[in-house]
Amino acid sequence: MPKDGEERRFLGRRVRGTVNAALAVALTALSVAILFAIVGHIFVNGVGSLNADFFTKIPKPYGEVGGGIAQAIAGTIVMLLVAGLIAIPIGMGTAIYIIEFGRGRFAEVVRFAIELLAELPSIVVGVFIWALLVRNLTGYSGIAGACALAVIMIPIIARSVEEILKLVPDSLREAALALGTPRWKVVLYIVIPTVLPGILTGVMLSLARAAGETAPLLLTALGNTFFNLDLRRPMAAMPLQIFNYAVSPYDDWHRKAWASTLVLIAIVAILSGAVKFFTRRWKHESH
Amino acid sequence: MNPIRTFADIIRSPGVDETASSDAGMSVVIKSLSAYYGKHRALEDIDLDVRPGLITAIIGPSGCGKSTMIRCINRMHEVIKGAYATGSVLLDGEDIYAPDASPVRIRRRIGMVFQKPNPFPTRTVYENVIAGLRLNLPKMPKAEYDETVERSLRAAALWDEVKDKLHSSGSALSGGQQQRLCIARAIAIEPEVLLLDEPCSALDPTATLKIEDLLFQLKAKYTIVLVTHNMQQAARASDMTAFMLADESHVGHLIEYGPTQRIFMEPREKSTEDYISGRLG
Repeated sequence: MPKDGEERRFLGRRVRGTVNAALAVALTALSVAILFAIVGHIFVNGVGSLNADFFTKIPKPYGEVGGGIAQAIAGTIVMLLVAGLIAIPIGMGTAIYIIEFGRGRFAEVVRFAIELLAELPSIVVGVFIWALLVRNLTGYSGIAGACALAVIMIPIIARSVEEILKLVPDSLREAALALGTPRWKVVLYIVIPTVLPGILTGVMLSLARAAGETAPLLLTALGNTFFNLDLRRPMAAMPLQIFNYAVSPYDDWHRKAWASTLVLIAIVAILSGAVKFFTRRWKHESH
Repeated sequence: MNPIRTFADIIRSPGVDETASSDAGMSVVIKSLSAYYGKHRALEDIDLDVRPGLITAIIGPSGCGKSTMIRCINRMHEVIKGAYATGSVLLDGEDIYAPDASPVRIRRRIGMVFQKPNPFPTRTVYENVIAGLRLNLPKMPKAEYDETVERSLRAAALWDEVKDKLHSSGSALSGGQQQRLCIARAIAIEPEVLLLDEPCSALDPTATLKIEDLLFQLKAKYTIVLVTHNMQQAARASDMTAFMLADESHVGHLIEYGPTQRIFMEPREKSTEDYISGRLG
């Protein structure tokens, strides 16, 4: 009977719907569980080694217990700052060129180049900076490390800012243009302020990614067990420190590797939390 | 035919000569203007003599090129990728398409209001009005900005509604208020010509009537070109009417141009009559 067939089809659809929803929930739970497992594992293994010395002292010599990673925290912060100073203007400038000024084929070529750069393995970036700067010009140094991180950050900033600029409706640009505003002023005073929170989020994303990079620093900043803020000399970084401690034979250093990982994650989380907080307040004030 | 009223009842300007004053606004003379989007030609050979101090309505079915044409008058057409125009547009005798003419300067003299209200979302009502002054002119004392804001908002018939919320966001206003804010922003830089591209298409009838009343007051100072797909609006608000139509290959042409009363009551072209009586478009 036709009615039976209809009911069977209806039942089939309901079963399929339920199964699909359950599958989606299960997979989501799995990915969240993996994240929690990683963070939880790091926390449990690392939190025991956190103390004042860990943040204020430099590493002790081989075999001795105690000391900290102050030089690595400082090195990471300094190199991120310098890398940001290099990468933010270049990345934003590229995105602004592609969206606001680029016409025709050249803008397409630039966009393609940025995509290629984003897909470059980070060790290749390290080798490139090593060949270009370290070997001939700077030696192993903080500035070489910052340049390598900047190369990692540029495509991330360029692509995220490009996506954000695409969201700005043309009607807004036209409103400003129709008042007799030159294009560069439209971009600077109308377009960018409108999407500033999004741009900051993109910059944060790139900083977070660069903060965790190890491979490009191995061949450029090299690492340092002494406290050093001189960009011309080898500089420590948290991922390098984690790597060195993790491959060492000492239990104390293994524990310190976990603790360093925890601190690195915390720094990134605090940074992105701060950006979220301030951009939300900024948005709130302007409305 | 029209269930509400006939055009004869709603045409507001019976005779053009009564309302035209020679010292108000600037003349705009369009000569053999063609416009292109890449390879596609959107307008062919438009000749139109916009009279100063009058409201000129451009009517026609969707896709006939009326928006393209009005955007050619302040060189906004060319901001779209691949778009360009040929021919000339004379603003008070001076060709804005001359090789040494600057589109940026032209746009300061010819203001524009768009189809969708587009106040700057991150700026207050006050900042929206003086945006053109702040962006493009040397800094002025605050008292002058204050005066400009009040004068422009009064001219746009918005002052009484927003005088207590000048420093709240422009996007917090209603649609009709936003559109009048955009008109205030356009006239704050004291242009000579005001172009309006279907300014009421996103508004309700009450807000539409307010804008039309406003245009009627503004025409004493500005030459106004109004694109509209609403024939009642053209009949109500304009002194002169131009009818445009696209041919089979989607190229827009100017079919007929004359005083609004004549275009609506005694159209000379068959297609104008068809469009106005609702048999076309």
